[in-house]
Amino acid sequence: MLRLSIFLIGLFLIVPSFATSMTDDPILTMIKVDQLEIIDIGNRNDMAWDLQGWIGQDLNKLWLKTEGESVNSEIEEAEVQLLYSRAVAPYWDAQIGWRHDSQPSPTRDWLVFGIQGLAPYFFETDIAFFISDSGNIGLRTQFEYELMLSQKWILSPELEANIFTKSDAVAGTGEGLSDMSLGLRLRYELKREFAPYIGIEWNKRFGKTADFAREENEHISNFHWVMGVRVWF
Amino acid sequence: MYGYSYEIEVQSLAITTSFYAVISGELLSQVHRVNIKSISNNMSELMTPITRRRFVLGVSSALAYAVSPWPKLSFADTQPANIPTIQGHQFNLDIGYKAVNFTGKERIATTVNGSLPAPTLRWKQGQLVTLNVTNNLNEDSSIHWHGMILPTEMDGVPGLSYTGIKPGETYKYEFEVNQSGTYWYHSHSGYQEQTGVYGAIVIDPAEPDPVDYDRDYVMVLSDWTDEDPADIYAKLKKQSHYYNTRERTFSDVWSEVKEKGVAQTLRDREMWNDMRMSDRDISDVTGMTYTFLMNGQTPEQSWTGLFNKGEKVRLRIINAAAMTLFDVRIPDVKMTVVAADGQSVEPVTVDDFRIGVAETYDIIIEPEADKAHAIFAQAIDRSGFAYGVLTPDLNMKAELPELDPTPILTMADMGMDHGAISSKLMMNMAGHDGHKMDHSMPMKKNDTAVMGTGLAGFGSALPISHQKTEFGPHVDMRSEQPIYKIDDPGIGLRDHQRIYGRKVLSYADLHNLYPTSDPREPSREIELHLTGNMTRYMWSINGIKYADAEPINLKYGERVRFTLINDTMMNHPMHLHGLWSELETGDAKNIPRKHTVIVQPGAKISYLVSADALGRWAYHCHLRFHMFSMFREVRVS
Repeated sequence: MLRLSIFLIGLFLIVPSFATSMTDDPILTMIKVDQLEIIDIGNRNDMAWDLQGWIGQDLNKLWLKTEGESVNSEIEEAEVQLLYSRAVAPYWDAQIGWRHDSQPSPTRDWLVFGIQGLAPYFFETDIAFFISDSGNIGLRTQFEYELMLSQKWILSPELEANIFTKSDAVAGTGEGLSDMSLGLRLRYELKREFAPYIGIEWNKRFGKTADFAREENEHISNFHWVMGVRVWF
Repeated sequence: MYGYSYEIEVQSLAITTSFYAVISGELLSQVHRVNIKSISNNMSELMTPITRRRFVLGVSSALAYAVSPWPKLSFADTQPANIPTIQGHQFNLDIGYKAVNFTGKERIATTVNGSLPAPTLRWKQGQLVTLNVTNNLNEDSSIHWHGMILPTEMDGVPGLSYTGIKPGETYKYEFEVNQSGTYWYHSHSGYQEQTGVYGAIVIDPAEPDPVDYDRDYVMVLSDWTDEDPADIYAKLKKQSHYYNTRERTFSDVWSEVKEKGVAQTLRDREMWNDMRMSDRDISDVTGMTYTFLMNGQTPEQSWTGLFNKGEKVRLRIINAAAMTLFDVRIPDVKMTVVAADGQSVEPVTVDDFRIGVAETYDIIIEPEADKAHAIFAQAIDRSGFAYGVLTPDLNMKAELPELDPTPILTMADMGMDHGAISSKLMMNMAGHDGHKMDHSMPMKKNDTAVMGTGLAGFGSALPISHQKTEFGPHVDMRSEQPIYKIDDPGIGLRDHQRIYGRKVLSYADLHNLYPTSDPREPSREIELHLTGNMTRYMWSINGIKYADAEPINLKYGERVRFTLINDTMMNHPMHLHGLWSELETGDAKNIPRKHTVIVQPGAKISYLVSADALGRWAYHCHLRFHMFSMFREVRVS
């Protein structure tokens, strides 16, 4: 899976830029590392990433999304989504595709139906339904806001919640509201494309998911500091 | 190496009316400068590219402004450096690459005869001109003679007039010059205009000039970027506010809350938040990347022109920028506008005026001879300025004026809530008594056809409507109540009279010096909506981009009205090739003729067009990054 991700990222990078051709709608590529961070600074060697990339034109794009976490240099959670994205409203793209969770094992595959865009009041929104081969349906909602403290200092609160229709003991996710996370990151845009940040993140597991965690001797909720960079090109 | 191997000592390279020295085109293609410094100084300058701190005034945070509104600038010694002028009947123009350095970094520009701006072409009304344009670039090129009324195959638009000029080839343009005034020329291919292929055209009238002046200067305003324009376009597509360094911040909101309370602040913000638009969105591309040039000189280099005591100076101001509208003023000097887009207008005296991309204005000034005067052209979003000096003496320094505050868009700029603004003009709008119309052109009682669309000179009487093609992911807003803002100088200028007591030019001030040449009423009206999606950075007309659009067909000889409605929050300077845009400002007898017309955000504007030239004409927004798709072919057959 990791290899596939690397291949896809590589593909995005080597696709020649068509921007120089004189068309109103060139084929462009964008890679956006929203989060690449160290969790619990000083404590453990934990990392998390959230990366999105696309190739395409104004209204139709191919998206790649990947996020995950490594604990003690071991990848603990990793997922990749490959989506076809089509603009359906001025601020909204409908997305359909495939999601693959390579960690934890055994792996899981999902069909994805999502909508991504900018809600009124400038909330960056990503809502997706996931349907697994075992009939489990997941719903993930993500919201992010950018509060401009100045032209370069940006405070960015973030909310994510996951809901499932079925419990999956292997994956450690329970039916109903499974987990929620709240983040607050303060970044400084050295350039538009490059911004180091520090922040805090709070996670909480609920219901069955919390039960699974207890069985594994994991925290039900935790709070940690994060430090990372946000990069796009 | 840097374009000039020798210097020419000329008393003044001002293009005076008497300056008709016979200088060959080749000689003139070199950069002329007046030798005011010692030879050694000049030599050292020639040997090394001058490192110039990038002129980033106004780009940094608003806070920096508050602390030190005008840092002490070390302006270079004034060195009149004029654009070469070529005149005659026959012209050889070579488009090629040239190394330039405006910011401290060397970049490759595209130039004509190695000059940026391109050489000024001085023609005479009535003459036949031949222009051999050679393309030495490694891509297709073209030259368009902006504002010239000429045969369609001479217009220089690849895909419409001809196929363009292939690398290594020469295209021979030949046409009769049937007009006079100030125009300009530029490449209509790729990003070559943004990277330097633009220059002035000055046509002396066959008859005595209606304008009396002792000396004239061409003032070419432009915006230079070190970035590859294709990269700028890609960035805008990825993050449309990339170049906006004046976004609303938390402290702005906080001070509003303190001033107006939470409830009112929320109410005021509601529409913007709902529409997901920024009221600070004035320019797509700003001083963050642009260095603004006057006659190819940065503000630090300060283009300098000389004048003598008591002289009337004519400034021929051309906005050759790719993306920047400028607001021009010369502090303490009254400017009398005598021509707009090359066409003589009844003189009108102002303190400020806005010049849209591709527009030209001729002004007459009589500066006091006891000091140097700043010519200040601030970008519409105040992210920087072009700057030059007019002085009776090269030792005198001009005082650098302050930038005006950054404009903030209002609801009225979004085509709604016009409570605060009302057009003083009585346009042909339903319900108006039309008393002003009666003065100029009494209505013909039985002419219902005419009454249907509105009388010539007074704009449209028809209600506007949004077509189905305007709805979809590619269009983010539609003006519900667009109004004529003929007498509104526009965002950032409309309060100048009230606040500073400065008279600002508006389109309503423009009256043709000569009677309307075609007094016919329009037989029909073509309503066009300028549309787009800011966030996706897509632009179109009626929601349809050029690549998917049918031509606008005009019947040879007919007179029609174009009504443009701006369904975006940007100003769009719309340029119609080959045919005059006769701007309806409420004066039917002396309708001003323009080639480029600014359509203000949330506003509408109308002009009459006599389809008196057969062929295929380009019609587009002149902002470079809008032009790809906010474009139509106008076909006269």
